[in-house]
Amino acid sequence: MSAQDPAAEVTKVSYFRLTLAALGSGLIKAFNTNKTSWVGLGLFVFVCLLAALAPLIAPHDPLDQNILDRLEGPSWDYWMGTDAYGRDTLSRILHGARISLMIGLVSITAALLIGTVIGLVAGYVGGKTDIIVMQIMDVLLAFPSLILGLIVVAMLGPTITNLIIAIALTAIPPFARIARAPTIVVKEREFVEAGRALGYSNIRLMGGHILPNILPEVLVMGFLWLATAIRVEASLAFIGLGVSPPTATWGGMIREGFENILDSFWLALFPSLAILLVVFALNLLGDGLRDAIDPRLRGES
Amino acid sequence: MSGFVLKRMGFAVITLIAVLTIVFFIVRILPGDPAMVILGDQASQQSIDLLRARLGLDRPMIVQYYEFMAGVAVGDWGVSMVSGRPVITEILKVLPATLELTIAALILGAAIGIPLGVWAAISRNTIPDYLIRLASLLGLSFPAFVSAVLLLFAFAIYLPWFPVMSSGRGTSLGARLNDLALPAINLGLIMAAYITRVSRSAMLEVLGQDYVRTAKAKGISFSAIIWRHCLRNTMIPVVTVVGLYLGILIGNSVLTEIVFNRPGLGRLIVGALNQRDYTMLQGMMVIYTLLVVVVNLLTDLTYGLIDPRIKYS
Repeated sequence: MSAQDPAAEVTKVSYFRLTLAALGSGLIKAFNTNKTSWVGLGLFVFVCLLAALAPLIAPHDPLDQNILDRLEGPSWDYWMGTDAYGRDTLSRILHGARISLMIGLVSITAALLIGTVIGLVAGYVGGKTDIIVMQIMDVLLAFPSLILGLIVVAMLGPTITNLIIAIALTAIPPFARIARAPTIVVKEREFVEAGRALGYSNIRLMGGHILPNILPEVLVMGFLWLATAIRVEASLAFIGLGVSPPTATWGGMIREGFENILDSFWLALFPSLAILLVVFALNLLGDGLRDAIDPRLRGES
Repeated sequence: MSGFVLKRMGFAVITLIAVLTIVFFIVRILPGDPAMVILGDQASQQSIDLLRARLGLDRPMIVQYYEFMAGVAVGDWGVSMVSGRPVITEILKVLPATLELTIAALILGAAIGIPLGVWAAISRNTIPDYLIRLASLLGLSFPAFVSAVLLLFAFAIYLPWFPVMSSGRGTSLGARLNDLALPAINLGLIMAAYITRVSRSAMLEVLGQDYVRTAKAKGISFSAIIWRHCLRNTMIPVVTVVGLYLGILIGNSVLTEIVFNRPGLGRLIVGALNQRDYTMLQGMMVIYTLLVVVVNLLTDLTYGLIDPRIKYS
């Protein structure tokens, strides 16, 4: 089948459309099984919109210091008060959302891609490769991810790129696990057998035939791990290993608020609520979807 | 039984070696020269070279690896670059405080989580079930430092019931418990959220088993079915998952110790990071790895205590 063959191109395109359509309708079905997923999705999209529009809707510049208005409580001018430098908390939370979501999305996308490939190949190839690769993943999985993240960021330095590397590194093993489990089941199914009989290459079988079948589980895990990534990023920032000040990050804001907790508790309160909202929304979303696609729990609702 | 224990211990040692190897190489592969990290980028090449020699970083990687592993094996984990005391002494000094906190949190988490999970399962798809599920999902959405800050504000500052700083060094039992209370509640509530969810799904699975139906058919009372037939069978997945969540528990204990300013491994590692105490960091990695491996071993051995059908062979 050559690339110039128009008929082959058409089948290829329609094949991918079909898989995408199947994935899409499967997702909508999963959402409907557990209505709380819609609530989680709504909340998450809302936060993403706020983050995307932050430069337009933030009432103040997040870095603008107004020494005369420092440590003010919530007011008409500053809905969520100001910090020790007189910066507007609301504007900083809106801008901080961009950092949290960006680090979370990029690191989890990277971990998802790398982890899925590792799990898919290990499960498909099987044998000794599978045992060794998965043993390494299990060992990495056992190591506390926050500690691993701490060490990696401390060694590399706290920049956005390095935070992404550190978080992605800790999230690869779980994706490898998630991708491997269904792969070893799906690879024994008839359609894979048929593909092999037709002489399809291993890569084509893995990418075109097995991957679409394991993708829903991997994607659902993606939402849950996105929640974890945002939590880890905030934790690192709280410890002092986040994106360097004066950039607004939620974890960093809570750290500063914690230092002023005796007289201005709202400084720690509002960014705390922001993290809680995003992580809860993602957990609601991922958890509902997982129930929907988990065959053991099917028919529960 | 003893054969099984030996086999499991052998496996634990292999895992330990594997984790240490991976951690060793991850740290070495990362760009960034420890000597430069310690001295800062203003340091002269000469002083960097000197420190590299002192840390043994100028030798071939394989030699460093051998010395690191040999040192770990005989308990020589090097000397702290900041305090000058042996790393292992510093770690052992604060380890009891961290163990005290995590064990208290586990007990609290199990005491709250298991009953709630069972309750949710037996009242499946009713209001209590929805509420418990929502609460547990909310509980595990809390970053440990956020809940710690909120608890500290509510119960140490706004309502001054507990100390703002827990020294962990109280002499009397009462003082110790008072110190431990808020940090343990913080960590315990998050653990409870995880344990509730596992207990619920494990219980749901058990409730669907044939022997439960048989027991119901025989007319055994509902509470007897739950207590005698279900609970024990629910415990296996719960114990497994608690072992798996150890990493989360350790990460959360670091954050909890920082917020409550409580001595322990968490404050030690953050101090080592801030002061670029490279040997201490290496020692911390060894102790965390040891903890993980030992807990996994204990988890495996617990199965037999819970379920006599599991024969160790």
